[in-house]
Amino acid sequence: MNGLKRDFPILQQEVNGHPLVYLDSAATSQKPLQVIQALEEYYRGYNSNVHRGVHTLGSKATDAYEGAREKVRRFVNARSIKEIVFTRGTTTALNMVAASYAKPRLQAGDEIILTPAEHHSNLIPWQQVAKATGATLKYFPLAADGTLEMGKVKEMITPQTKIVAMQHVSNVLGTVHPIKEIAQLVHAQGGVIVIDGAQSAPHLKVDVRELDVDFFAFSGHKMCGPTGIGVLYGKEELLEQMEPIEFGGEMIDYVDLYDATWKELPWKFEGGTPIIAGAIGLGAAIDYLEAIGLDKIEEHDRKLASYAVERLSQIEGLTIFGPREGRLGVVTFNLGDVHPHDVATVLDAEGIAVRAGHHCCQPLMRQLQVTATARASFYLYNDEADIDLLVKGLQKTKEYFGHVIR
Amino acid sequence: MSLDDLYRRVIMDHYQRPRNRGRIEDGAVTVDLNNPTCGDSISLQMRVEDGVIQDAKFLGEGCSISLASASMMTEAVIGLSPEKGLELVDLFSRLMQGEEVDMEQFPLEDIEALTGVAKFPARIKCATLAWKALEKGLKEKH
Repeated sequence: MNGLKRDFPILQQEVNGHPLVYLDSAATSQKPLQVIQALEEYYRGYNSNVHRGVHTLGSKATDAYEGAREKVRRFVNARSIKEIVFTRGTTTALNMVAASYAKPRLQAGDEIILTPAEHHSNLIPWQQVAKATGATLKYFPLAADGTLEMGKVKEMITPQTKIVAMQHVSNVLGTVHPIKEIAQLVHAQGGVIVIDGAQSAPHLKVDVRELDVDFFAFSGHKMCGPTGIGVLYGKEELLEQMEPIEFGGEMIDYVDLYDATWKELPWKFEGGTPIIAGAIGLGAAIDYLEAIGLDKIEEHDRKLASYAVERLSQIEGLTIFGPREGRLGVVTFNLGDVHPHDVATVLDAEGIAVRAGHHCCQPLMRQLQVTATARASFYLYNDEADIDLLVKGLQKTKEYFGHVIR
Repeated sequence: MSLDDLYRRVIMDHYQRPRNRGRIEDGAVTVDLNNPTCGDSISLQMRVEDGVIQDAKFLGEGCSISLASASMMTEAVIGLSPEKGLELVDLFSRLMQGEEVDMEQFPLEDIEALTGVAKFPARIKCATLAWKALEKGLKEKH
């Protein structure tokens, strides 16, 4: 994994007089030259609309766009490209499942189960479904370290469970949940499992058939791809039953003045000119990640997280949230009574970019009994030296705010 | 950009020993505001009688900048008319946008220490939260 930093032009700069140490990849990852070049080649060389033009550029763009879909299919090991819908991101994908699959099917007495650690994007759509249908929202309890208590999970999944919607990897705690096991429990009771894969797809090999999940959503920009592109994987038989959310060009088969029919999967869900450049960029990102190897990336990101936990826990007064072991890519912490904004500002002055705030997980923050935390997140371009600089920066923060640390 | 421009001694003093932190017993207007991007929150109470802000107190969660700003704001506006209070809201907002303003207009010298916040764009919202609560309270209820 050495030398990967060189592929990322943005990392070659100084911020506030210090070499940039980017530790905010859980928010968005940086982009390698290979992805930037793919976008530039498209816009310079063959920018054109897809699925309609007879002209050469149109075919080239269509081939690249649909080629990217095939790369995504392979990336998650879906059966067919019919199961790969391009979306604006994870949020849009999860909202599609909530609005198009769940809302027309659920009723009072049905249950939707989430975890309390869900990102707002996998929480609020389900609150809306529950309000609209009368279904009940329930939550798997989390142990103090943020891991799931599987005994409770087993107990709670019943024939009333129509949907289990949960994260694969927590964006705050870095916990990796046993999705395959939970999917089996859900299916045994006739329910459907929806996975927010925004924090897992960048870091580990996702195999939707092996996990046997019904829906799996993820974003391009967190895995070296551009913003504005994401993916909804759905089992073909489920997507087939669902109505489109957006109506317009590109998604229709036959249109008359009073009615219309839809294209086949996956295009019935892609109304309007699709995210062509985004999909091509995502394809390039997948090529980049696969050339390195997802297994290697996972090993690297796990190692960095445990190195960070080890180093950070040596800082007196620092609290780490989440499990001590087995976390992937993320370490969330607070430094005594210094507010995380102040921590992030002092680190920024040292060129170190971390996130401070509630990380779009307000209910989880309440459970952790904090209003905000600081978060350092790692990806393939980070190394132990970055974490050493973080530790140095935190020691400086401690000195700076020495009088408020208790 | 120096950290000392941001974290002036007087800011840290207000942060550690906030003035007017607490609740007003009765006859108060309450404004609750959140900064949804970062999770900061303030609950500001004011008692306005005879055209004068007689008392102002706050409770809140936030960083040094947001709590120090709330402490200074309450100290500054007690004894002023609501109209003058709204003028200060405007003045403070211009100060945070980096404009040159007449600092003499603030009845509290300490506020000058917040001038440096304008150089830290990510922190301006921290400093303005309490003043937004003040504006809301004065506009809605009077």
